[in-house]
Amino acid sequence: MQTLILAGALLLMMSFAYRFGRNRVLAQVDGRPDALHSLPGYYGWWVALWCGLPAFGLLTLWLMAEPSLIRALVIGSLPSEMQALSDDQIAVLINEVRNAVLGHATANPALAMAAEHYTHLTRVGFAAMAAVALALALGGGLYAYGRLEPQLRARPRVEATVKVFLVASSTAAIFTTIGIVLSLLFEALRFFQMVPITDFLFGLGWSPQMSIRADQTGSSGAFGMVPLFTGTLLVSVVAMVVAAPLGLLAAIYMSEYAQPKVRAMAKPLLEILAGIPTVVFGFFAVITVAPMIRSLGEVFGLTVAAESALAAGLVMGITLIPLISSLSDDVITAVPQSLREGAFGLGATRSETIIQVVLPAALPGIVGGILLAVSRAIGETMIVVMAAGLSAKLTFNPLEAVTTVTVQIVTLLIGDTEFDSPKTLAAFALGLVLFGITLGLNVVALHIVQKYREKYD
Amino acid sequence: MTDMARTNTAARTAQSVSARLGRRYAAERTFRLLGLGALLISLGFLVILLSSIFAKGWTGFIQTQVALEITFDTQVIDPEGSRDPAALDTADYAALVRSALSLRLAPEADRGARRELTALISTGAANQLRHMLAAEPDLMGTTHTVWLTASDKLDMVIKGQVPRQVGAEGNTLSDRQLGWVSALETGGNIRKAFNTTFFTAGDSREPEQAGIWGAVVGSFFSLAVTLLVSFPLGVATAVYLEEFAPTNRWTNLIEVNINNLAAVPSVVFGLLGLAVFLNLFHMPRSAPLVGGLVLALICLPTIIIAGRAALKAVPPSIRQAAAGLGASRLQVVVHHVLPLSMPGMLTGTILGMARALGETAPLLMIGMVAFIVDIPKGPLDPAAVLPVQVYLWAGSSERAFVEKTSAAIIVLLLFLVAMNMVAIMLRKKFERRW
Repeated sequence: MQTLILAGALLLMMSFAYRFGRNRVLAQVDGRPDALHSLPGYYGWWVALWCGLPAFGLLTLWLMAEPSLIRALVIGSLPSEMQALSDDQIAVLINEVRNAVLGHATANPALAMAAEHYTHLTRVGFAAMAAVALALALGGGLYAYGRLEPQLRARPRVEATVKVFLVASSTAAIFTTIGIVLSLLFEALRFFQMVPITDFLFGLGWSPQMSIRADQTGSSGAFGMVPLFTGTLLVSVVAMVVAAPLGLLAAIYMSEYAQPKVRAMAKPLLEILAGIPTVVFGFFAVITVAPMIRSLGEVFGLTVAAESALAAGLVMGITLIPLISSLSDDVITAVPQSLREGAFGLGATRSETIIQVVLPAALPGIVGGILLAVSRAIGETMIVVMAAGLSAKLTFNPLEAVTTVTVQIVTLLIGDTEFDSPKTLAAFALGLVLFGITLGLNVVALHIVQKYREKYD
Repeated sequence: MTDMARTNTAARTAQSVSARLGRRYAAERTFRLLGLGALLISLGFLVILLSSIFAKGWTGFIQTQVALEITFDTQVIDPEGSRDPAALDTADYAALVRSALSLRLAPEADRGARRELTALISTGAANQLRHMLAAEPDLMGTTHTVWLTASDKLDMVIKGQVPRQVGAEGNTLSDRQLGWVSALETGGNIRKAFNTTFFTAGDSREPEQAGIWGAVVGSFFSLAVTLLVSFPLGVATAVYLEEFAPTNRWTNLIEVNINNLAAVPSVVFGLLGLAVFLNLFHMPRSAPLVGGLVLALICLPTIIIAGRAALKAVPPSIRQAAAGLGASRLQVVVHHVLPLSMPGMLTGTILGMARALGETAPLLMIGMVAFIVDIPKGPLDPAAVLPVQVYLWAGSSERAFVEKTSAAIIVLLLFLVAMNMVAIMLRKKFERRW
């Protein structure tokens, strides 16, 4: 909140700087803009940028560094026996200190002291940051203000700054990817130092509960991802069995048969289906679909688990219908009309034309779309978290509960802050596998789709 | 002779064709019906989903209340007669509810009966009385009829979601309690009122005291951060790639990157947020600031792609005209192209925000699943967001949370509908054909 006010103050200063700069340069030429190198506004912008950029840059750096710095200082102020604790325990302590700062009293006097210290540091830190930022803004603005003259090449300078900003923004996507790859790789490598990579990739058992103390028995921890992988596959297959035919047939009907009015109604409705958050579908799966499947199974004398791969896959299939139908719709409409007319001319009926001419021509695009849907199914999280369950069973029976890669990532990381146990790190290794698989599928799918598109353009 | 043979063959062909024609037409009809069926089934799923959510959720907006004759007994709340606000704040208001209950229903109740009695009224009722007295100190010592919030169990019975017959399966109230309920009902002391708590309170373990306001505020702060980060970045990237970037390996790499990022599962972004924002920069857990940053990365590709499409739709003649009048390249973009493409960009941004509003999985990774009662006051306070609240309530075992979950989903969907409506209206209003 304070930081926002500070940012607001800086913006205000920038607007003053703009005004002063513009007026000063106009005064220098007695109000005749034609005597200036650039339009007067650019001089204003130039001063404003000098005023704002250094200050905002400092603000960003400061805000990024501050939490780590304050944390280090607070840890340093703790009694030495607390400092000797492991990193995780310190993290827990720091959390408690933070809570104390937020007003939840702590019982530990040392931590209460630390909380006071913390509040003090944040206050001092903010005051220092505000002072330095405002000084920088003032200094920068005055510097630029003093150097204003009619022959200053203000426009090229301002434009160059803007272009630097544009280029820098466009690298954000690259940095995101690098960030994803590095953070996944780094943590996954730490995991592979504890668990051999072959055990992870080819192991048949998954039970990540490690014993926390050495004297505990029962769970030794197994990190074989094969059951997770088969679970993911099972749910995805069920989903695709639902989504592929429905989506494809719906797309064919809409693009080849439906009246324009029907099409104009049905398309937005399918888009609504695509826009509903997956957590809603997850709830739907748990509350409505799973009980329905269970009672249906009882009619046929089948025992269905409360959380079955069938329910999760079915609902996931529903969410994928709009994706498949819109992608297929695109490629089917892209098939040149001349192909259809040729088939009609030979006496083929509509359905014969579609099955024997249009679909083969559109096949690469449809396959690409289905691959994209598979990649979406593999990465889908909320539906399986809520409806598929946690038991890592090596089974291909869709009536049983299975678990998937995404479910395990979520459950391994919920409420867990310790960062050197294989349990937490395993989530990153799973994330790396997930990232690799979905990326591969997307690249292949996009490649197929694009190759096909080039043919008729 | 050959003519005869030819006619014969032609006749045979015609015969076999017409024989097959019926089958072919039948196949045609079947295929067409299959397509229509697929479309109807898909839309049917939508109808079933929405109607099941609405059927379960609308009762969540209604809350059962019980009227009791509450005596603000000075002996109980303020035995010293000091009227000191601090003392009044910590007084035992639950005792007032207890005595009013036993006075009304079972004057000579034993301990067990008393416990069953108090189970009819929400534990939040004491708070309700505390606020009443704080607002109107003159109530002290007087007796008033007050509508108190019923407990979730009573609420479920009154709404008919739990069977009421004595001994029925799933019955949560005892016979004695059911008798009291009938007594209250015949006395006109039970009513169903609009559930304001649901829209003003934060999360709670008690279904009747749980509300979504905390989650709404959390979602608001998260989306504000998302918008502040992703909109300028997205627009700047789109402008650079579309208007300035040379076609070379580097820009090609950026483009491929953006397309791939759009397809990365959102849970992976959660891992990124956990590793970078929480572990590297030590930002606070469960804070909308971190959630907003992660969501910004998720919807950045959407905004960039929409922005580029909007920029592409502006005809080159506009750029050429501006350049011909002496505008610099940046002036062409800032003065002409950007304003013309802004509606398209805003539409894309709103749709990206709508997706971010429904995103759940990455927020679970950065600790936004904590149980948080307080309404967040800023983007650094721990908070939940709407879809995470849905997830949390969906996992609660109390029967009453089912309707609360559905009601929260309805609110979430209404927000999404509103955002999409704005996007559609923007598109309609500013759509231009060149």
